Amino acid sequence: MSLTILLLLALGLGLAGWLAARSRAWAFRRTSGASAMAALPSYHGWYVALWIVVPMVLFIALWSVVGPHLVSQHVLASPAAADLPAFGFKRESMLAEARAVAMGTAPGVFNEEARALIEPYREAIGRYQFIGIAAVLVLGFLGGVWAFLRIKPDFTARTRVERTIMVVLLLASLVAILTTLGIFVSLVFETIRFFGMVNPIDFLFGTHWGPDPMSSAVNPDASRYGAIPLFWGTIYIGAIIAMVVAIPLGLMSAIYLTQYAKPSLRAWVKPALEILAGVPTVVYGYFAALTVAPAIRDLALAAGMSNPSSESALAAGLVMGVMIIPFVSSMADDSIAAVPQAMRDGSLAMGATTSETIRRVLVPAALPGIVAGVMLAISRAIGETMIVVMAASTAANLSANPLEAMTTVTVQIVAMLTGEGSFDHPATLSAFALGFVLFLVTLGLNFIALRVVKRFREAYE
Amino acid sequence: MVTVIHPNLDDTEAKMSARDVSVFYGDKLAIDNVSIEIPTKYVTAFIGPSGCGKSTFLRTLNRMNDTIPSARVEGEILLDGEDIYRSKMDVVQLRARVGMVFQKPNPFPKSIYENIAYGPRIHGLAEGKQELDAIVETSLQRAGLWNEVKDRLEDSGTALSGGQQQRLCIARAIAVDPEVILMDEPCSALDPIATAKIEELIDELNGRYAIVIVTHSMQQAARVSQRTAFFHLGKMVEYGRTSDIFTNPLEERTKDYITGRYG
Repeated sequence: MSLTILLLLALGLGLAGWLAARSRAWAFRRTSGASAMAALPSYHGWYVALWIVVPMVLFIALWSVVGPHLVSQHVLASPAAADLPAFGFKRESMLAEARAVAMGTAPGVFNEEARALIEPYREAIGRYQFIGIAAVLVLGFLGGVWAFLRIKPDFTARTRVERTIMVVLLLASLVAILTTLGIFVSLVFETIRFFGMVNPIDFLFGTHWGPDPMSSAVNPDASRYGAIPLFWGTIYIGAIIAMVVAIPLGLMSAIYLTQYAKPSLRAWVKPALEILAGVPTVVYGYFAALTVAPAIRDLALAAGMSNPSSESALAAGLVMGVMIIPFVSSMADDSIAAVPQAMRDGSLAMGATTSETIRRVLVPAALPGIVAGVMLAISRAIGETMIVVMAASTAANLSANPLEAMTTVTVQIVAMLTGEGSFDHPATLSAFALGFVLFLVTLGLNFIALRVVKRFREAYE
Repeated sequence: MVTVIHPNLDDTEAKMSARDVSVFYGDKLAIDNVSIEIPTKYVTAFIGPSGCGKSTFLRTLNRMNDTIPSARVEGEILLDGEDIYRSKMDVVQLRARVGMVFQKPNPFPKSIYENIAYGPRIHGLAEGKQELDAIVETSLQRAGLWNEVKDRLEDSGTALSGGQQQRLCIARAIAVDPEVILMDEPCSALDPIATAKIEELIDELNGRYAIVIVTHSMQQAARVSQRTAFFHLGKMVEYGRTSDIFTNPLEERTKDYITGRYG
């Protein structure tokens, strides 16, 4: 019996429980009156249904993890398994083949020796499947009966269902947090492996980046793993050039939209600006690589520069800046709009013009929110991958010239992971160390930004 | 219906006069054909039930209604004989001459000093730090706040108590040396003691500035004002000396309101 059928069975039993409990609750209601009931009949139904479905689903999930282990233990304990090689690839493949045939997903065995294992597998699978199904049904039945017997007129089914809903929501929100933790842990392990091969000091402070995936993995040349040019490229493109574009434009558009624009215009411009945030970054990447970068090179040629690079930090930074505008502008918009109208009125009533009011009252009052928006935007810009992969180069130059080709942390992560190096080569592992640094930096920026926003909120509420 | 003006009203010197002023919010008529002379040397109180339009009318006097996109004003309002709604009028200059204090104290999130210095700075009233210091001190003294804050001028204005904040806002309005001060229910967010202080302050400012105060409290109108206008449903029902309005109202609706029969 497949998993789908089992789940459907659980739902069916749940429905039956729901109907039975509800009609029992209706019966109570008819005899003792609506006012004596602590909850509507449907809540009693939900309570019983939850007691049937939740234990069943949990057990099915548990069994689908534990079951295969029990099966293979059973097979290994059988006399046919005595002939198996003690360990290694052949043993694994024989077991897998036999299991596949036993489950009916493969027509026959490739390895004749595996044939003897098919029968034990078939037997074990059948037995544990039977045990599992029986246990699921018993569990669902017991849960349902127990819950059903608890139904009384004054039983507070409503608050109990409410509590269950809260637990479900809590679990949902934990998923994201636990995933973040999982990402962090997996990064940490690979990073530690990398730092076992390359000294962290060489990595963090070295100025030459040129890992060679083809070199010997045993004794890597630490002087080729200096990440400073990458950090510089990331900061130069993401936090300097992009922000030079995004901060003034974002701020000015926010000011225009909150203070000057007529409501009818605002109703058009604001969604249009937000659409900019929804454009896939790969589209920006095309724009940067095919339009902006050549234009910049032509300009540099026209200005008399000899041999300008066709992949410049400027092109990637400019386009990234445009991409970030909506983030800056929407945070600035929110925090300016959060400044009480009374401030604005007070300033206008003093005879200040709109722009004086903005400069001297609104922006200073909204500054923490604006700063937080900028920090979130920076953390997004330095983590941005597609635009720089397409428009920046892979050449790790340490230069302040925006027309020079530069590379960023994210570009190198892509380059290292898609390279030909084996997975335990330091060149590949360096991608994890880079990712780890990036993760810590953006986490720090977001953390600070949220703290700033929180303090700002407290000031007005 | 025409406004009843008490016959014994003999104000010769009008600081501001409104002639046939109507205010619309979109299509909705909020103020219907109001004419009034605001005297130079007195405190004028606007009273009336909630929603009668008295605050709306007050805000037309320094064109604060301009900040509401749907608001439209008809008729003319004169300040020293000049229409403030004429196209050449500089709204910024107007608001420097006609200051305003709001219902809820709204100090800027800056220091006490900077709150007062705000107006003089944007209008360039002070040359150099010393003059600015002097303006700040005089304004705070006139607002009766100097002794309470002189040692902590660098503290944030928002850290003061509600009553102090409101006096700070009055001091801020005084700092640009206006000719008229409009007060929109300045005590409605304050406790009785702070209210008494503000009323005292209004008494002291009376004569130096023309003051117009909107209030919900008839006792307050009776205590601080010399002229009272009663508004009802967007119309000005009656206008006269405060003593006459409260002791000898000519209109039935005014009488009903001040004796507490509605509103």
